[in-house]
Amino acid sequence: MWGFVPSSKALLLAAVLAASLSPARADAPGRVVSINLCTDQLAMMLAAPGQLVSVSHLASEVQSSSMVEEARAYPMNRGQVEQVFLMRPDLVLAGTYTQVSTVDLLRRLGVDVVQVPPATSLAEAVEQIRIVGRALGQEAKAEAIADAFAADIEAARFAGDSRTAAFYYPNGYTTGSGTLANEVLELTGFANIGADAGVTGGGILPLERLVMAGPELIVTSERYPGASRSEDILVHPALRVVQAQAGVGLTSGADWVCGTPHLMAAIAEVTAARAALEAGE
Amino acid sequence: MRLFGVLGALVAALFFGSLVIGPAGLGLGESLRALVSGQGGAVVLVMQEIRLPRALLGLMTGAALGLSGAAMQGYLRNPLAEPGLIGVSASAALGAVLSLQTGVAAAFALALPLAALGGAAVAVLLILGLAGPRGGALALILAGVAISALAAALTSLVLNLSPNPFAAMEIVYWMMGSLADRSMDHVWLAAPFLVLGLVLLASLGRSLDALTLGEDAAASMGVNLARLRLVLVGGTALAVGASVSVAGAIGFVGLVVPHVLRPLVGAQPSRLLPASALGGAAVVLAADIAVRLIAPDQDLKLGVLTALIGAPFFLHLIWRLRGSEA
Repeated sequence: MWGFVPSSKALLLAAVLAASLSPARADAPGRVVSINLCTDQLAMMLAAPGQLVSVSHLASEVQSSSMVEEARAYPMNRGQVEQVFLMRPDLVLAGTYTQVSTVDLLRRLGVDVVQVPPATSLAEAVEQIRIVGRALGQEAKAEAIADAFAADIEAARFAGDSRTAAFYYPNGYTTGSGTLANEVLELTGFANIGADAGVTGGGILPLERLVMAGPELIVTSERYPGASRSEDILVHPALRVVQAQAGVGLTSGADWVCGTPHLMAAIAEVTAARAALEAGE
Repeated sequence: MRLFGVLGALVAALFFGSLVIGPAGLGLGESLRALVSGQGGAVVLVMQEIRLPRALLGLMTGAALGLSGAAMQGYLRNPLAEPGLIGVSASAALGAVLSLQTGVAAAFALALPLAALGGAAVAVLLILGLAGPRGGALALILAGVAISALAAALTSLVLNLSPNPFAAMEIVYWMMGSLADRSMDHVWLAAPFLVLGLVLLASLGRSLDALTLGEDAAASMGVNLARLRLVLVGGTALAVGASVSVAGAIGFVGLVVPHVLRPLVGAQPSRLLPASALGGAAVVLAADIAVRLIAPDQDLKLGVLTALIGAPFFLHLIWRLRGSEA
């Protein structure tokens, strides 16, 4: 999966070796259930065989998960207390935005819940691995993977002038400053139009402002099956013209969703887009 | 005639306002030059592909709603008949949603306005059947409530069952209407049906004038009642169906506009029809400018504003009718 960056493969191998040499902490939780897409993927990378009991149904959805194949090996849950509790978990991994009532009820039932905040920066993405590693009692493995991830990120850092780029999603939604996606753009030599327009986190960028800004890279999303008015904007004639005028375009997939090491695949795509822009000069 | 001059000037001013107001903050001269000049340039793209279709759709859907409201009120001789209130818009939305979610609209673009038109036609026929040609206000409104509720429930069901995660979030769009991010494609899709509907409805003026004297008198004056009814159903279905298929269901325009203008035209349907078309266009254009000024980044729905103004009118009308029907 991370074969395009040679260093990571070697480091990952080292991590796996380290993990097999240093078994999980003695007090590590024996049965772990994850109810959040991002913790699903981190847990699948880090857990000892048999330790992870279930992952959320989102882990097997191609649009959102980078680890659909791996997720097949686990029973899935829909994050409801009843279902999760009956799996008799020692530990539940959840996001900080997982329904408050779910987490509260699980805790009242005596289940240990670790809430992992969503990564809003590359540094937080690396830190997430360590948080989940600690929760699973897999510190050494987590440390090795986190170090490899951090090294890969630094290796991808682009030195030189920034080009302009924008995310453009259904309903004119864009991601601005203070987001993981924004840091991916900065890392790879792009300035985010959304962030320049004052969007913090996610927000609406009116189509006419995107047209006026005329970015050199536009990242859009795949259309979902079925129809929606929200996605009509992705085929708006004005957007089509802006896309044609931009040097390159990308569609963001599952690798952009969570700050796991799979983010390197997204970073590689943007790096390739940047190279294509340079070549087009 | 002075009324038409004032209304025409108001619509022209609001159409102009709709063209020059927007988040990109373009200069006045620059944007107008871009609108009439040729190819290329971001400003041209903004004016010709984003703002022009929005203004045109506001103009057309407003005229369709105002005119169809006035025509239905004239035919039923009931001031409460309005496409939104009696479920015609909701049924058109159901038709549009069905054509989109079954994929028919993707395979054949005209399926979208045609399906909406079909939904609207079914609702108008049901209303005329249930309320009768001289149906009282109560029968009309009860039939309308039932049809609206059923159409809205089926629309929600279809959108909730869609595999598309955005579809369920769009229930409010289909019920409240919005002109955000529409393109010239939508204008071309709706315009032929909408304009044909407007022409059909506008042609009813004389017959509706005669009908104010009662059905027998109208018949004796040479009005073909069966034909009048057919043109009314067809015209309303075309105008409302086409407008809902691209803009969602914008309520209360067809109620408020004829109500306000009726005293100004001496309650004469042949003058109320064109006045209501202009008035409807002015209301929708104004509402669409207002949503852009109030919440530029939120896509506030048009129906929210028209209902805020229209619902008190509705209450006022019910209050007045209460005395006459009791």
